[in-house]
Amino acid sequence: MIGEIQRFTRAKGKSLAVGALALLAAAQALASNPPTSQVNTTGLRVTDTEVYVGQLHSATGTMAISETGSIQAEQLAIEQINASGGVLGRQIKIIQEDGASDWPTFAEKAKKLLVNDRVAAVFGCWTSASRKAVLPIFEKENGLLYYPTFYEGLEQSKNVIYTGQEATQQIIAGLDWIAKEKGAKTFYLVGSDYIWPRTSNKIARKHIENVLKGTVVGEEYYPLGHTQFGSLINKIKLKKPDVIYSIVVGGSNVAWWKQLKAAGITADKQTILTISVTEDEVLGIGGENVEGFYSAMKYFQSLDNENNKKFVAAFKAKYGPNAVIGDVTQAAYLGPWLWKAAVEKAGSFDVDKVVAASPGIELTTAPEGYVKIHPNHHLWSKTRIGVWQRNGQAKVIFESDLIEPDPFPKGYQ
Amino acid sequence: MTISKGMQWSRAELASVLILAAVILIVLPLALDIFRLNLVGKYLTYAFVAVGLVLCWGYGGILSLGQGVFFGLGGYCIAMFLKLEASDPESTKIQSTPGIPDFMDWNQLTELPAFWVPFKSFTWALIAMLLVPGVLAAIVGFAMFKRRVGGVYFAIITQAIAAILTILIIGQQGYTGGVNGITDLRTLHGWDIRTDSAKYILYYVNAALLIGAVIGVRYILKSKLGKLLIALRDKEERVRFSGYDVASFKVFMFVLAALLSAIGGAMFTLQVGFMSPSFVGIVPSIEMVIFTAVGGRMSLVGAVYGSLLVNWAKTFFSESFPELWLLFMGGLFIAVVMYFPNGLAGIVDQFMKKRAAARAAAPTPPLVTEPVAPAVGALSPADATASPAPQPLADQQVRA
Repeated sequence: MIGEIQRFTRAKGKSLAVGALALLAAAQALASNPPTSQVNTTGLRVTDTEVYVGQLHSATGTMAISETGSIQAEQLAIEQINASGGVLGRQIKIIQEDGASDWPTFAEKAKKLLVNDRVAAVFGCWTSASRKAVLPIFEKENGLLYYPTFYEGLEQSKNVIYTGQEATQQIIAGLDWIAKEKGAKTFYLVGSDYIWPRTSNKIARKHIENVLKGTVVGEEYYPLGHTQFGSLINKIKLKKPDVIYSIVVGGSNVAWWKQLKAAGITADKQTILTISVTEDEVLGIGGENVEGFYSAMKYFQSLDNENNKKFVAAFKAKYGPNAVIGDVTQAAYLGPWLWKAAVEKAGSFDVDKVVAASPGIELTTAPEGYVKIHPNHHLWSKTRIGVWQRNGQAKVIFESDLIEPDPFPKGYQ
Repeated sequence: MTISKGMQWSRAELASVLILAAVILIVLPLALDIFRLNLVGKYLTYAFVAVGLVLCWGYGGILSLGQGVFFGLGGYCIAMFLKLEASDPESTKIQSTPGIPDFMDWNQLTELPAFWVPFKSFTWALIAMLLVPGVLAAIVGFAMFKRRVGGVYFAIITQAIAAILTILIIGQQGYTGGVNGITDLRTLHGWDIRTDSAKYILYYVNAALLIGAVIGVRYILKSKLGKLLIALRDKEERVRFSGYDVASFKVFMFVLAALLSAIGGAMFTLQVGFMSPSFVGIVPSIEMVIFTAVGGRMSLVGAVYGSLLVNWAKTFFSESFPELWLLFMGGLFIAVVMYFPNGLAGIVDQFMKKRAAARAAAPTPPLVTEPVAPAVGALSPADATASPAPQPLADQQVRA
């Protein structure tokens, strides 16, 4: 009764030369391919020439705007890997599923990818809610998920590699910088009302009070999609904090930053540090509305290094000159590369072996510079402070050392 | 026509239920692997809601756009029990406060809220699963129907309740899990609900309950009570002047539909392994009305097929066309509304009528002929698949 039609996303717009190169590389690799029986002992969908992976993001619904960048970055990475000979001599085929911004749908599709399609790895999810919905399935079916979003931490699974930053990496370096640079002592914490902003602010508050010896003069949350920030802005004007620490998420951002500007709160009078605004959000908010404010991220499109220049050029060549790349998009791009490195180190597609090989995997070609997988499955990474420009790009003005990921920070819970 | 005769089941009715039972209990489990069967099990939990809607919307004329509320409450009650079982101090020792659900720990709660404590008992969870939605439906029903609020106003109010409950659940995330919902449910009294064998057992329990619900509701519809419900829908004033307490009958129907939804929600939680506010809101509530409309809102078995078909189409289209599937779904609904206003059951109904007409026109009619539906009159619920065409929706909404 239920048919099975799968849609394989094929690499699009590949130039003839690249195609020929890929063919050549594939032919070369084929000669020395390890046999399938050796690299796949758990019944994954791997043949002598192909390996199937899943991609599970929201292509429709409210999250589609955010997740499209991740979909594109993962497909770009896979296309590049295929062009350079694939993984263990096998071309990567993508089975794309739509989570439709709906957490139960994510769970259903995750199960389909793991049970029916037997994919070797899944690149997917964006919101914490969708990750929480699929996590039990990945653990039960022993799948492997590469999760790209910076998130609240407090999680560590054998079956997930977190390619974004966990909360402490993003928060502590940012707060240290602003305390030192701006001499900030009083902070006003603002966030959308769900798990990530609340947990992040919990960590921020502990750090401000215990380490920076500052004070939190206000902490407020508004529902996702909230657009009336007038009363909050009045409160902020009354308290006159040195820094507004903002974790307002998604569509609310547009109203929040525009209303700040309308109320006369501009960068020359007020310092604002946010961990929820990337190039993607600025596209919607408008560069003129965030000009001069700070974001703490591990990646900005404007990063000045060779890896990033190549990445940005390839991304724009594939998706158009106006495409912007935010933090999560870059983290999503790392997923397939980290998987390839782990598979090749393990010499196998078997999830257990790939997981065992993952800690210690380094990527010197990452657009953000250098990353390394920690035994806790998060990445060692740097945190940067960017100051927003009118053109929607950030100027990077600070770069931390490589920060160890710590999803269960002591003293911050 | 006497009551006793009305309570007997016609051959067509019996056949429709038997075929449904055969499809759900035998054909699907044989034809599908466990992954697909588990999906069908999920679809069938929505069918409980659809069956409830046939009762209160199709027959009772009460259109509720908030059935997701009851589905969600039933599901949350069971999810709370399962979550507490999954949050034993051993498996949550990494938390600041071990022994409470993980989302409470993230939200800086240090002890289990009082209203969660009774959910350590499975018996209480089962009682609450029916009690909470039932009482809520009764309160809403009494408040509305005693004041003779009905039709489109009632529909709007049920929708408002769905919106309110969603906001409440998302806003109180320390107590409810917020937008993430209650996830990572593992065992029921130590029985791992994630294994294949558990999935089979839960599927059959679900299917048996559903068939029981269909039979039970049909029994009610064929009783004197059922006739009264139809009379209510068609001429409420006349029933009221005959001395019946109209509001109480409506409350009864609404509560019954709510209880069916709650059972569906509970079975959903068990089979899918989590519950989230995305089943409570306005969109899923309206989707459930669509399942009923596609199946045929006057047909109990039709509602089950409607839930299966729409959800199967959703899965199929979204797997095949991840970026375009919503358009296909929209097309499907438009087609149904334009060409089959009585849903799947309407198509079967037309086919049966044609056959009956052909038989009547034959020169030598068979010795025993069943009365054709129109002859029975508008008050007869006698044959769900061959019932009189329901009144247009507009009629029902103008009334009240």
